[in-house]
Amino acid sequence: MIVGEQKPIQDIMSYVDGCERILLAGCHGCVTVCCAGGQKEVEVLASMIELGRKKRHQPCKITKIMQERQCDVEFLEELIAKAKDNDVILSMACAAGVQLVAENAGSMKVFPAINTNFIGAIHEKGVWGERCQTCGDCKLAMTGGICPITRCSKSLLNGPCGGSKDGKCEISPETPCGWQLIIDRLDATGCMDQYERILEPADWSKSRDGGPRKLIREDLK
Amino acid sequence: MSQTKSNLQTTLEAGKFAVTAEAGPPRGAKPEVVREKAKILKGFVDACNVTDNQTSVVRMCSMAACKILQEEGLDAVMQMVCRDRNRIAAQSDILGAASLGIANLLCLSGDHQVFGDHPQAKNVFDLDSIQLLKVAKTMRDESKFAGGKDVDGPPAIFIGAVANPFADPFKIQVPRLAKKVAAGAQFIQTQCIFNLDKFEEFMKGVRDRGLDKKTYILAGVIPLRSATMAEYMAAKVAGTDIPIAYIERLKGVEKKKQKQEGIKIAVETIQKLKEVKGVRGVHIMAIEWEEAVPEIVQQAKLVRK
Repeated sequence: MIVGEQKPIQDIMSYVDGCERILLAGCHGCVTVCCAGGQKEVEVLASMIELGRKKRHQPCKITKIMQERQCDVEFLEELIAKAKDNDVILSMACAAGVQLVAENAGSMKVFPAINTNFIGAIHEKGVWGERCQTCGDCKLAMTGGICPITRCSKSLLNGPCGGSKDGKCEISPETPCGWQLIIDRLDATGCMDQYERILEPADWSKSRDGGPRKLIREDLK
Repeated sequence: MSQTKSNLQTTLEAGKFAVTAEAGPPRGAKPEVVREKAKILKGFVDACNVTDNQTSVVRMCSMAACKILQEEGLDAVMQMVCRDRNRIAAQSDILGAASLGIANLLCLSGDHQVFGDHPQAKNVFDLDSIQLLKVAKTMRDESKFAGGKDVDGPPAIFIGAVANPFADPFKIQVPRLAKKVAAGAQFIQTQCIFNLDKFEEFMKGVRDRGLDKKTYILAGVIPLRSATMAEYMAAKVAGTDIPIAYIERLKGVEKKKQKQEGIKIAVETIQKLKEVKGVRGVHIMAIEWEEAVPEIVQQAKLVRK
């Protein structure tokens, strides 16, 4: 899923500075699951903004709204309708949601309340780890189900580099070496013979390097 | 474009025990710094590497410093890391270097930028070191760019790579070397060697697979300047293995004499490395201490003609 975290409160406060009516929009999608922009986070952030503004003697009125998915135009109607009574929309969705809202908000300003960090998995409560860089050409079949582009700090397709020590990456003793993980998996699955295959340079045109991507499924249109 | 073989290639192909050194380029635009280093090393080495923004600290580019070394009469080895250039820039630099007569290319991944003075930088790693080797070899041998189009005048380059017998996982280091050789590495420079036992174990694996017959292996040697440096390297530098005995030995002599002791250790190491089957030369990395190289070369009785 998409993993995000709330921006520093002073950043958020600066975005809505001078706005008297704020529409604070949460999302039931990924950001609810990662506890960054769900119902609970909307309530907490609304209280923080209200409190901060009261202290400055610049009170504001916050309207809270939860959307099924801000990244789906089908669900945006109510949000856009409510926006009309406000000065600004503060979105707690991921960057895809914020952008879709902005694209549909006419002259209304739209600001993000969270940083979209990565596509990742939950390790344990309160801990998430990155798993995918959306390269558009999945390599997992060749690397034991561990992504070299994401898990190796240098995205080496033929790793590890000389900086792998005791299973850790040279950048930090907290970071597992992605290629140690790959080798361990190749070993565990009896596929070590695959290690000596030279993986050819990636086709980054399928990644963001090829320009903003769009997916069209004729069967669903 | 130079069609003649590099001095390093000629030396190795003639079966002579090769000696190479390393010159870190300056953090400014002063060519005289490189010229000074060249003057110190000339006559004592077969070739000299120029590092490519090592530890991700910005320095004069390797190609320019290599050109200066060549002007001073040294055979230069241009290091090229994958961190800072995509396949377009890498191939362009290979052509540029070859056109200037720089005939040795060493392909590396490159230290991660978190180590340097621009940790906010975006890294590239469009290619990895193995892919870069293959790209360089294909340009030279097949006159083809990575994109498939023809090279009009292929680069005459002797292509090398690095190996680290002390990196983990150990069991992958020989297969990894095999990948580099398959990709086109004609010579290999190893990480600095202090732990001879582990290096010998690595070399046994190399010989068992016949890799020492397919590539020229230059064993890496770093003279230690002080006990403090040894301790720092052992603790902080990724992929180095310095047995505690060396650190104790340096601590055992007074500070002023630690440099000399470091040179002694380097000479002893070289003498042992000369006996390791499959080792075809040494690569002496005297970091910002190029003056140590002539002394080490003389004491190790490796003086060039």
